[in-house]
Amino acid sequence: MTQFETSGSSVATATEAAIVARDVEKWYSNGFHVLKGVSLTVNKGEVVVLMGPSGSGKSTFIRTFNALEPFQKGSIEVDGILLTPKLKNVDAIRREVGMVFQQFNLFPHLTVFENVSIAPIQVRNMPKAKADEITTQLLERVGILHQAKKYPGQLSGGQQQRVAIARALAMQPKIMLFDEPTSALDPEMVREVLDVMRSLASSGMTMVCVTHEVGFAREVADRIIFLADGLLVEDTTPAEFFNNPKSDRTRKFLSQILH
Amino acid sequence: MSDEFTLGRIFINLLIATKWTIILSIIAFVFGGIAGFLIMMMRISPIKPIRFLSWVYVEFFEGTPLLLQLFLAFFGVSVVFGINLSPLVAATIALTAFTSAFLADIWRGAVEALPKGQWEASSALGFGYFKKLRYIILPQAVKLAIAPTVGFLVQVIKGTSLASVIGFTELSRAASQINNVTLKALLVFALAGAIYFLLCYPLSLWSQRVEQRLNQQAH
Amino acid sequence: MGYAFDFSVIRDNIGLFVAGALLTFRVSLIAIAFGLILGIIGALFRTSGNRILNAVTLAYVEVIRNTPFLIQLFFIFFGLPKLGIRLNAEQAAILSLAINFGAYSTEIVRAGVESIPKGQIEAAMALGFKPLKIFRYIILTPALSNIYTALTGQVILAVLFTSVVSQIATEDLTFAGDFLNSRTFRSFEIYFTVCLFYLAIVWIIKGFAYWIERRFFEFAKYSRR
Ligand SMILES: Nc1ncnc2c1ncn2[C@@H]1O[C@H](COP(=O)(O)OP(=O)(O)O)[C@@H](O)[C@H]1O
Ligand SMILES: [Mg+2]
Repeated sequence: MTQFETSGSSVATATEAAIVARDVEKWYSNGFHVLKGVSLTVNKGEVVVLMGPSGSGKSTFIRTFNALEPFQKGSIEVDGILLTPKLKNVDAIRREVGMVFQQFNLFPHLTVFENVSIAPIQVRNMPKAKADEITTQLLERVGILHQAKKYPGQLSGGQQQRVAIARALAMQPKIMLFDEPTSALDPEMVREVLDVMRSLASSGMTMVCVTHEVGFAREVADRIIFLADGLLVEDTTPAEFFNNPKSDRTRKFLSQILH
Repeated sequence: MSDEFTLGRIFINLLIATKWTIILSIIAFVFGGIAGFLIMMMRISPIKPIRFLSWVYVEFFEGTPLLLQLFLAFFGVSVVFGINLSPLVAATIALTAFTSAFLADIWRGAVEALPKGQWEASSALGFGYFKKLRYIILPQAVKLAIAPTVGFLVQVIKGTSLASVIGFTELSRAASQINNVTLKALLVFALAGAIYFLLCYPLSLWSQRVEQRLNQQAH
Repeated sequence: MGYAFDFSVIRDNIGLFVAGALLTFRVSLIAIAFGLILGIIGALFRTSGNRILNAVTLAYVEVIRNTPFLIQLFFIFFGLPKLGIRLNAEQAAILSLAINFGAYSTEIVRAGVESIPKGQIEAAMALGFKPLKIFRYIILTPALSNIYTALTGQVILAVLFTSVVSQIATEDLTFAGDFLNSRTFRSFEIYFTVCLFYLAIVWIIKGFAYWIERRFFEFAKYSRR
């Protein structure tokens, strides 16, 4: 698969932070305390993998980064923009952050091509010709260009997820969030999606990925974050995480996913 | 004259007429149900001309107004056959035709909603056509059909109001007559509406409940 | 049977039928348009999360759906003048049909809005779409495709309901039949012809609905829910 170009400077310096979350706390409306003060800094160009048992708050946490989930305490800064409930900042942040969902969430009434080109045209007000050019390039890179005229429902899960990645990239984001992008896929389709993500990582994209793909995490991640019961339990390198976990909670989790 | 019609008397007169609304509804539902079952069997028949005939029947009675069906039964049939039908008989004929067409369609929908595998599996077990229907298909279809059937019962009750137009004295005609005498249109038609509501709403609720329960089972 | 059918009465009075059909068509169209607006507002109220709006709308929906149209029509035509609201027969017909259609379409439109998976809206938000554009570009078409079968059925029922407005002397298709029937006694021929007119209107609507499906909702074949 071909390499991706990341918008902006492709060489990231370790000192520049893409995301800074400080003591983020969140309660759901039913009173459930889902995030109990989580802090995390993601540097530009870094690939961070988020792991943790089901229900530990991983989805909730990364969804606070693009304001899909409000939070009550702490602060989040994305690309230097402070995330407040004010709509203006939300728009600015969503422009910088792309997201890929477990269930793809492609728009069923739009063709594959339109799925990718609609946001640049309608949100960025990009001329159609320019958007079409970008769309063509991206679909070619994820290997779906020959299916561009089909509807999402006509594609396999793996193909749909690759379109979803192209759709997010079409907004030329600086940061990409992945929430279990391969969990809804049949095993034989996991690889084609991970390959696209790998290629994206090596192009220098800043990525935060919730995933339990151990191979991907070992190979691609710069850091692994382990979340349990709304708390950050571990923040370390893949080698340390898999070979030398610090907490019992992590060991128990690893024994479950590594069999 | 109008001071004879106190609220209480209006209400009692309406209630007396309600008896005929209920009777007509039951007649329509029973006859319509029997005829509807036969039409449904024709609709799912493997024989094409039979399917076509029943299609024409359903298409006609679903695609024309009930009011016109009542006129056809009351005026048309008497002229063509040279017999005078009473409003009750004419209303029974028209409401039966109307009810059977819709019930046939609802029930056919329930049968066709079953997975094809059910037919195939019962064929594989060597069931004949009617045994397949009797033991495998219909018992499952009945479950799916209950909610829309009860829901349609509400349409039948409301439909009986049109029998007033050919001179059958049920709730709506009684309301019209009382209105002609008392000129208390708001009160009379609101009361009549309230009585219809009391008849229909419990059935609507029941139908919704059954459907919700079915949806929950499906998930 | 000894009866000799004679459809010449139809031929001689075809103008009357056509005029009636046109009025039926016009009354249906206006009433359905207004009713649909009512239905969209009703669906917004039902999904607004505001308890009072929801309860009031639900009461409206249930009262209309559980009482006969004839009673609704008489209530409006004979009752509203008592409150000082003067309506001619056609206005009363349109008003009561619109109110009736509004109740049924409220529930249909609500179901359509609720049929859109939350993830669709989240994906659009993550791409930076604002609410109005989410409604226009993401929700509207799939929601319409989910409800258009139910909506078409309701439109057909509404057109058939319009026959009832002949009872307050609105000169629609059914009224044309009544008028001729009282003059010629060719009851069967006349009412059968009127039925065929309604059938024709119903088939035109069905054909139009089929065209819309092919034109705009082709994707629905592939998106299994
Ligand atoms: N809208 C909600 N209201 C209340 N609780 C919720 C809601 N959404 C998620 N939760 C709960 O919050 C916890 C964390 O959810 P989530 O972030 O999805 O976990 P993960 O992605 O790690 O599996 C779970 O226990 C879940 O049941
Ligand atoms: Mg999750």
